[in-house]
Amino acid sequence: MRIAIASGKGGTGKTTVAASLASVWDGPAIVADMDVEAPNLHLFVHPALSEEQTVFLEVPRLEESLCIACGRCRDICRFKAIALFGKRLALFPDMCHGCGGCFAVCAQKALAPAQRELGMLQSGMALGQRFIMGRSRIGEAMTPPLLRAVLNRIEGMLEDAPADVLLDSPPGVSCPAMTVAREADVVLLVAEPTPFGFHDFRLAHQAVRELGKPVAVAVNRAGPGTAELAEYCGRHGLPILMELPFEPCAARTYARGELIAEASPAWRERFVTLASRLRDFSRKAKDA
Amino acid sequence: MREIVIISGKGGTGKTTVCASFSYLARKATLCDLDVDAPDLHILLDPRPRVTEAFISGNTAVVDAASCVGCGACAALCRFGAASLSGGKGSVDALRCEGCGVCVDLCPAKAIAFPEKHCGDWHISDTRMGLMVHAQLFPGQENSGRLVTLLKRKARELAREHGLDMILCDGSPGVGCPVISSLSGADLAVAVVEPTPSGRHDFQRVAALCDHFRIPVAVLINKADLNEQETARIEKECLERRYALLGRLPFDQAVTAAMVQRKALTELPGELGGMLRRAWDMILALPDARLKGRLLG
Repeated sequence: MRIAIASGKGGTGKTTVAASLASVWDGPAIVADMDVEAPNLHLFVHPALSEEQTVFLEVPRLEESLCIACGRCRDICRFKAIALFGKRLALFPDMCHGCGGCFAVCAQKALAPAQRELGMLQSGMALGQRFIMGRSRIGEAMTPPLLRAVLNRIEGMLEDAPADVLLDSPPGVSCPAMTVAREADVVLLVAEPTPFGFHDFRLAHQAVRELGKPVAVAVNRAGPGTAELAEYCGRHGLPILMELPFEPCAARTYARGELIAEASPAWRERFVTLASRLRDFSRKAKDA
Repeated sequence: MREIVIISGKGGTGKTTVCASFSYLARKATLCDLDVDAPDLHILLDPRPRVTEAFISGNTAVVDAASCVGCGACAALCRFGAASLSGGKGSVDALRCEGCGVCVDLCPAKAIAFPEKHCGDWHISDTRMGLMVHAQLFPGQENSGRLVTLLKRKARELAREHGLDMILCDGSPGVGCPVISSLSGADLAVAVVEPTPSGRHDFQRVAALCDHFRIPVAVLINKADLNEQETARIEKECLERRYALLGRLPFDQAVTAAMVQRKALTELPGELGGMLRRAWDMILALPDARLKGRLLG
């Protein structure tokens, strides 16, 4: 089963939950950091990375001698990556989405494939499990193609040996978060019961519901707002699989870069229970 | 006109809390929530929209089954895995469609429509702290970068129209498309940083992005007492990189308490409000950031 650990708001504890969940997972798992803009999982699970690969997007490069400035490539490009100044074609590869339309319409074969670096894909072992992460290049605006490259690699790893997949997802409700949630069997939303947290949690729930994915909830830093959050979850049939209390010692454990499942036996037990409840939830969702 | 954007790299470090606090102190500013994905500033500012408009951006390919001849050209051309041939007819998965229009333009049967997408709504509102420009991208929608660019353009127009000399923006986490759009044309990035391994790591990434665009950075460390060592490390890095240090805020339950009351910390009595006031005064006293950027560049 593939579990996306997601949230609307950033900083609600996705990575904290993903890392500790991975540390108690009772079976083979692929632990994946999909927050390629701000990848943090490795800071908690300390992987031994053995492989590294640069991921590129195919963009056009102009063979000037072949170009007749017909403007067809400019006309098909919806992303303002191609302009025509008089009889001179100008390419803006940073704007390119890699749709390949310009290659398809150039009758002169004046456009050659070139590459724009999207970021890195790194893999290895962590917590005795297979680990993979993406890291976007600073200055790169598009993250979905890098995410797709990481997801493809995970498919390859699953063919080598079956496993459950824990996807530490990007925050928000837009393209990066949805690219990951779409590939999950179930989505675990980590929610913080503050006004900001509750607001963004509802946005995330709406977005994931539109994808038709079963949603379960982990409440982090449970406090006065928990009742309102629980009421919403009850109304929408979202099971709350875990409630983490607000404890300064947990915050400091996290701040030192340690797993909160290792803060005390009670904290570990919370994650062991979460893992088993998640398995039950996924099984039921699959049967439904 | 000065444009200030609040960023962090990592989410949940306190951008919106800080932005609301500064909004209350800013005298002649247009306020702007650029976190169009998961906007929260409106929760504290209680905006009353005077203008609401649809954000129409991009298109989605839709196959008309009646005209489709089942040639499969769309599936062969699509680089996003959105178009496929099933049951002898082409179809496009709207969630995967990038809106590039290649299948639309090159369909031999001209069987693919390309309707525009209503991705969200944006507003110009009145708040107790001044004019505010904000938006909500519909959950699961795209083009957040374009919406950010639109909001910034509206904020600049408003500022000019009303004789305001500052645009104060709440940003989004990460270093991708919406953050890059947020930073475009900014005079100063104020980074709210949490002294944790994640906080420092992601701050370094977003600071590198600001350096790349030659935007000066000022740093406010939030929850500074969570890890004194990390705090000291971040401060040292800031000095080395010549980022202005705006101070340390302690980890304090007053932050959530203010949020529950829908108030900015600077509106309420308390130690945190005073610290944020001093940070704001330091920002105002920074030399004209844009000019400095040019001289250094």
